[in-house]
Parts: sequence; C-alpha cells; structure tokens
Amino acid sequence: MFESIKGFGVTFSHMFKKVVTEEYPEVRKPTAPRYHGRHILNRHPDGLEKCVGCELCAWACPADAIYVEGADNTEQERYSPGERYAAVYQINYARCIFCGLCIEACPTRSLTMSNEYELASDSRADLIYTKEQLLAPLLPGMEAPPHPMRLGNSEKDYYISGPDNPGASAGAERAPYSTAGRQGGAS
Amino acid sequence: MGIEEHIPGGILLGTVEKLVNWTRKQSLWPATFGLACCAIEMMAAGSARYDMARFGMEVFRASPRQADLMIVAGRVSQKMAPVVRQIYDQMPEPKWVLSMGVCASSGGMFNNYAIVQGVDHIVPVDMYLPGCPPRPEMLMDAILKLHDKIMNEPLGERRRRKLEAQGGPDPLVGTIPSSYRYNKAKRRQWEQAVAEGRQEQLRIANWMQEGAHRG
Repeated sequence: MFESIKGFGVTFSHMFKKVVTEEYPEVRKPTAPRYHGRHILNRHPDGLEKCVGCELCAWACPADAIYVEGADNTEQERYSPGERYAAVYQINYARCIFCGLCIEACPTRSLTMSNEYELASDSRADLIYTKEQLLAPLLPGMEAPPHPMRLGNSEKDYYISGPDNPGASAGAERAPYSTAGRQGGAS
Repeated sequence: MGIEEHIPGGILLGTVEKLVNWTRKQSLWPATFGLACCAIEMMAAGSARYDMARFGMEVFRASPRQADLMIVAGRVSQKMAPVVRQIYDQMPEPKWVLSMGVCASSGGMFNNYAIVQGVDHIVPVDMYLPGCPPRPEMLMDAILKLHDKIMNEPLGERRRRKLEAQGGPDPLVGTIPSSYRYNKAKRRQWEQAVAEGRQEQLRIANWMQEGAHRG
C-alpha cells in the first residue's frame, strides 16, 4: 500500500522540477556552432562569387546531390576572379545527407554550411535549390556581379587575402576552432 | 477527403470548414512507421525534450485504423513497399503522409535497386522533409507546415472549385519556416522577402546576424 503511494510521489515531485521541454516554434534554441545545415555559396568582399565551377563538390558528394555547370568568365562579364565560374549550381535537398564532404572538397572555401534546418517542403521540385537561393546576400560594400575585379589585378590577390576576408562564411572561419580565422584577425 | 465529399454542395459553410480543419489539425495522430534511423529522431520528437504532445499528437498509433498521419521515417526497400501501401490503405480518411528524411523523400544516398526512389512512388506525400536524419525540430517544422496546409484545406468539392477559381491556395501556406511563422516580426520580414523573392537570402542574413555559430 505505502509502496504504491511512494510511486505516485516520484511522479508528483516532477511538478516542482524544471521543465526540460524546448518551446521550439516560438523559441529556437541555437544549434551546435558546427551543425551541418543548408549550404551557402560565399562571396569575396567586393561581391564576386568565390565559386570557380570546378565541380569538386559534385565529385565528392556521396549522394549525387550537387549539379554544377561551369562557364568561362570574360572581361565584359565577370562573376568570379579567375577563369571560370559556376553558371548553374544546384543542390538537391531531397538527396543531400548533410555530410559536409562537399565543404571539405571545396578549394576556394566557396561552399560552406549554415545552421539553418527548416527545409521541409510539399514539392520535390522546390527542394532543388538553385544558385540564386544558395548565394550569400550582398553585405554592405558588396556589388552584385558581373563586374570587374576590384581587389587586385589577378585572382591570386583574392586567394592570398582569402583567410582575412572570409565573406559570408565568417562564422565558420572565425569561430574559436579555426586557427586561420584567429590569426587573420578579421573580426 | 472524408465524409464531406459525399454531402451535396451548398450545405457547409466556410466557418464550419475552419472548425473541421482546426479539429483535424489539433489531434493529428501519427502512425508509427519507423523503418530506419529517422525513427530514432521521430521517437526523440515524441519524448520530453521536444514533446510533440504540445501539438496534440502524443500518441503514436501502432494501429493504422486509429491514425491520421503516416510518418514514413526511413528508407523504403522494395520488399517493404507493399506493406507501406497496405498500412496507408488501412488508415481511415482523411489521412496525410509525411516523408521523413532523404531516403523516404527520394532514395537519398541509396540510389540502387533495393530502395524505392522516393515513397511517393507508392503513396501520395503531403510533406517532404530532407535531412539525414532530420533533427526533431525539423520534424516538428514539417508537421507544423502540414498543420498550416490542413488549416487551409477546402472542405468538399464546391469549396475546392471555389479555391481553384481564386487561383489556388495562398503561396505562403505551408512554406514559411515555423520559427518565422510563430514570430510576428520575423513573419513580416518573411512576407516582405517573398514579395521580393529573396527568402533564402533573408534566412542566411538572419543567421549571420544571430551569430550563434560564432561560438
């Protein structure tokens, strides 16, 4: 008899304990800083795209979720420093498993991941994100491409100063886990 | 979807539609259809920390006759496909299907002969949820988007035709991320961004401003 009441006592004592439930839609708790969320295509500080259309991300992808079509930059129409840029860039989020191998493969640190995860959609076509959706917003001082190189005469000037001006990937570069970001002192 | 399809037109009113939709969305009982790792996250979503009971869906029905929502959580193999279909057929109308995770949505990384390349080959899907596996918040986001869709569902043939004449449902229905929909200021931001066609940029900009990732 007493044992059964003792059992209820355990339940009742939870009335006075702190509630562990997260109030998700109203309050969104920040994820771990390196949580693998949806991708971002970064920009150089003058607004040119970092992506050079090399397709290494597409090659690294184990789920074949990335589709890239490169094209040549011309002097009149320049989207990225260097020779090539990605004319078509798509990530199929109905396939992407957020493993981050594309991020590791990217040679220009163009592709990084954000912590955004609210991606559900009622159509499969909407889950294929195009380049317009993936590109980072233009920050103050950036100019929408195409435009000529503003930060130097060749793409080398862009790449050498890369760690100092991480662009939209600032979070990933500047976090305490990244020594390059700390030494760069671009905070 | 349900009995209202067989009622002659002109009897039901818009207010009744709202009430019916509200009752449907507020007690959406999911059928457990855990097929792989996504089911672990689905269980987490039902547990104390995420607590789906807040949305009236605490009971994961193991019996399809008592369920309204089938959450297909995980990869569907060719051998499992007829079972999925049978469970779906056994559920009473109205019913909804949520395809959880990339494997159920499109086959994901398993692009091979053993896996059905998307559960929508077998059953009609109302909401696709990417992620491998999606975290419980993502599942709740998908469910809340589905709630939004249910709330705006026309009741009966007449209402459906009327809605179609108006040009279909509002494009915002079922597309706003839940953390934006439940926050007035952010919701206004989103609506403005939709008008300008830069929702995704808004999301990245807000994420950069929040700065939670820095640290």
